[in-house]
Amino acid sequence: MEQQITCINCPVGCRLQVTLEDGQVVKVEGQSCKRGETYARQECVAPTRMVTAAVPVTGRSIPVSVKTRSPIPKEKIFECMRQLAGLQLQAPVHMGDVVLGDVCGSGIDVIATKTVE
Amino acid sequence: MLSNELKSQVQYVDVLVIGAGPAGMAAAIAAREAGIENLLVLEREEHMGGILRQCIHNGFGLHRFKEELTGPEYAQRDIDKVLELGIEVRCGTTVLSVDENRFVTAISKEKGVQLFEAGAIVLAMGCRERPRGALGTPGSRCAGIYSAGTAQKFVNLEGYMPGKRVVILGSGDIGLIMARRMTLQGAKVLACVEIMPYSGGLNRNIVQCLEDYNIPLLLSHTVVDIEGKDRLSGITIAKVDEKRNPIPGTEQHFDCDTLLLSVGLIPENELTQQAGVEMSATTQGAVVDDSLQTSKEGIFACGNVLHVHDLVDFVSAESFRAGKAAAAYVQGKQRKGRYVTMKDGNGVRGVVPQRLMIPEGEAEAIQVMFRPAAVYENATVVIRCNDKEILRQRKRIFTPGEMAELSLKPDMIRQIEGDIVTVEILT
Amino acid sequence: MNQKIIIIGGGVVGCAIARLLSRYEADVTLLEGGVDVAEGASKANSAIVHAGFDAKPGSLKAKLNVAGAKMYPQLCKEVGAPYGQPGAMVLAFSPEERASVEKLYQQGVENGVEELRIIERDEILRLEPNTNPDVECALLVPTSGLTSPYELTYALADHAAVNGVQFVMNAYVSAIHKEENGFVLETSKGEMQADLVINCAGIGSGELHNQLSDRKVRLIPRKGEYYLLDHVQPLLFTRTMFQCPSKMGKGVLVSPTLHGNTILGPSAEDVEDATDVSTTAAALALVNDRSRMTWPALSLRNVITTFAGIRAHEENGDFIIGAVEGCPGAYETVGVESPGLSAAPAIAEMLVGQIASENNLAEKTEWKSAPMRNKPFYAMTLEERMKAVKENAEYGAIVCRCEQVTEAEIRAAIRRPVGATTIDGVKRRTRAGMGRCQGGFCSPRVLEILSEELGIEPTQVTKGGGNSRLLVSTIADAMGKEDA
Repeated sequence: MEQQITCINCPVGCRLQVTLEDGQVVKVEGQSCKRGETYARQECVAPTRMVTAAVPVTGRSIPVSVKTRSPIPKEKIFECMRQLAGLQLQAPVHMGDVVLGDVCGSGIDVIATKTVE
Repeated sequence: MLSNELKSQVQYVDVLVIGAGPAGMAAAIAAREAGIENLLVLEREEHMGGILRQCIHNGFGLHRFKEELTGPEYAQRDIDKVLELGIEVRCGTTVLSVDENRFVTAISKEKGVQLFEAGAIVLAMGCRERPRGALGTPGSRCAGIYSAGTAQKFVNLEGYMPGKRVVILGSGDIGLIMARRMTLQGAKVLACVEIMPYSGGLNRNIVQCLEDYNIPLLLSHTVVDIEGKDRLSGITIAKVDEKRNPIPGTEQHFDCDTLLLSVGLIPENELTQQAGVEMSATTQGAVVDDSLQTSKEGIFACGNVLHVHDLVDFVSAESFRAGKAAAAYVQGKQRKGRYVTMKDGNGVRGVVPQRLMIPEGEAEAIQVMFRPAAVYENATVVIRCNDKEILRQRKRIFTPGEMAELSLKPDMIRQIEGDIVTVEILT
Repeated sequence: MNQKIIIIGGGVVGCAIARLLSRYEADVTLLEGGVDVAEGASKANSAIVHAGFDAKPGSLKAKLNVAGAKMYPQLCKEVGAPYGQPGAMVLAFSPEERASVEKLYQQGVENGVEELRIIERDEILRLEPNTNPDVECALLVPTSGLTSPYELTYALADHAAVNGVQFVMNAYVSAIHKEENGFVLETSKGEMQADLVINCAGIGSGELHNQLSDRKVRLIPRKGEYYLLDHVQPLLFTRTMFQCPSKMGKGVLVSPTLHGNTILGPSAEDVEDATDVSTTAAALALVNDRSRMTWPALSLRNVITTFAGIRAHEENGDFIIGAVEGCPGAYETVGVESPGLSAAPAIAEMLVGQIASENNLAEKTEWKSAPMRNKPFYAMTLEERMKAVKENAEYGAIVCRCEQVTEAEIRAAIRRPVGATTIDGVKRRTRAGMGRCQGGFCSPRVLEILSEELGIEPTQVTKGGGNSRLLVSTIADAMGKEDA
């Protein structure tokens, strides 16, 4: 089976032609760097995404921005958002602080991307 | 003319940087690293970081830091460097005027009106979004219509949702990013509507912001009516023909409470124009030479105030060069050589720099940037002077959504003999 | 006990009447259906103080226009509203239009307009070099003026308020009943009683008139659409440039505004819905097209917004001003379309004079002068700015960068006697959000200041009243929460 995908690793956005056999990637074409192939192998089998969001901090008018430390399974994005919506952080929060450990059982932490004193 | 009393209040600064977004911070860092001690950065917001503060998504820094950062993280690296170098930054300070003699007035709550005379100025004020009014879209002027960046500020910096059922007009990157952001935050994004036959944003954003969430991208469509008495209640869109005129009979209606506009960015050059700097109608920024100096000596421009970039990494790179050049100007390191003009050829819009110095001595490599005028697949870009080809490069795809960059090597620069250099795309 | 007088409608006419009534011993309340004064025709018109050559000689329009226009310079000085007198031209492009211009000249002379002159192409092009060179001749109107209609309305309201007039917003009057001793008004804020009522309800005034009088009137909502251009470019016309009038109105004009913008419009179209101030592609295209007749080099590159206003056209074409026939105690200003803004001071003077004498209102011993606004920051000299920020540090925070509006001015606008309560109210009082970016940068901060000053949640702040909230919820409330 042939599948067309667009690489999202960098702004170039290479169009990749991926050949799959029995759900396994056997060939990737069209990439202009190595990351394209890695992306295609992941994307066609078990796609993942970074999730970024903003979470309120008690007593502060500014929310703190957060991200998953690394990409999480794509199907868990909304579950991740729902877990984040239940958070009420206490200041101070520092960039890099874990605000939510092991989000949705992915083994991946959500960390702050800015500091709110 | 200033009175004698006012004259005594004027502070002399070697390099004055206007703006502490990514461009201003990079320019200031470069100037300090080039040895400028008497350096000042003026920032109108209460914090450094510019628009990156509200760009909480990831995707920044791949070129510069070789890792993927969010906007606030990218900004923090420069903020840390600015602090480490002990550069003075006055936040909450708005520049009111700049003139060609590099006399600057600014104001803040803490220090009131401040007067400066600068050895060199780096303009790094960034850009703003094109508002609805500029589109002439007819309909109601109700609440619920925001530029995408304004909505982004409400959501990411203030923690408020501007709406629940959203249509996005324009497929610029901020619009695409906000489509995902609003969706993740519980809103329903019904469609992203783009008048051109191609997207104005990056491919990766179409995939991860629209396709991931099954948000339709309707190319060659535009909004033809906006309804709602107090708050937006619906919009009508229609297909457009090649001349971008709506085609009757193709109308579609959406019930929605929010319309986000992502229809272009405009360099914010009111101060630049005040200073009498020559402007480019194409980029809507200053005309600069390869050292990023404008038509007014000692006034430099970089980042989105010069021309709208897609990637902050390139803003930083450009701004380091501007900061370094401003420092060199103040230090009296005058360049000698002759100027040639760079022109947009077929398929090319807004070449920067518009002037190139062919130096008497050693030449340095020069970055040439432009936007393709349309989508060109498997096309070749050529830089030529008279009939002589200086550079030829083939690329799989050129699109207006992605700024193209070429590097003119010293040996190429030495080949330039005429007065006019043209950049063009062969199709 | 003082008589209770209710003015219905807070447009320029209602507010001018409120101001003059505040000189008298009376208990005056102004009811406004919208969230603010100047929400109807007074906020969306050409801002011209017409000299008075256009109205039919002998009509109320003619008489009150000429009288009102002459009152403008002094009135604006007294209340602190902008006024300028750049003059105007009415252009003729054909022999037929020349005849029409000659007729306007005669009419103007008859109406008492001074300094009118017909000028030929050379002089036109010398005075206004950007005019279409195909022009044949023009009526030169040196006494044509400009104001800022909503700023004038705010200033009139403020002056009335400091002299005791109560302003009640969001009080829409749906019905008036004549009782034995006065009137009962059904309003969206409940029933109210009054000894005297003054109907200045603009486009809604016909309906109220018909409830009180057997002699019915019919008002036709006439929509006019406009373009507004940014002030980044130097003005290309120093005068208001009219084209020859048609039966639908004064035609499309190209005019400077007092803030250095250029305005193009209006179109003129009779519409069904008097609340429909949406713009349409067809009307805007017409404005664009007609404006090019005056100004061939027109470019819409610097358009910052388009807008529409509704004028209350009375089918017989004249103002109806005075006591309501057959209904003692009721007064009215009905059918006040153009030149209503120009005539407003004279309308108020005429009607308040009548009300005072018919009801034996006594003049107050003291009438406070109008509370002046500070000079806007953008118009200050460097020295004035230094002084202002020294006295109030909030002048140091520029909130609207396009129009250079400071935090101090935004807070002051909210704290005025009839202060701003909405984003649009702040915008029209201070110009914050009126520039190139149309509030993109400053609206979040203006919203924050409104929320602080009014003591309401950010989600309660509206653009222009009613349900025009900008924010629908916090991000936390926007999602179904789940325990982490």
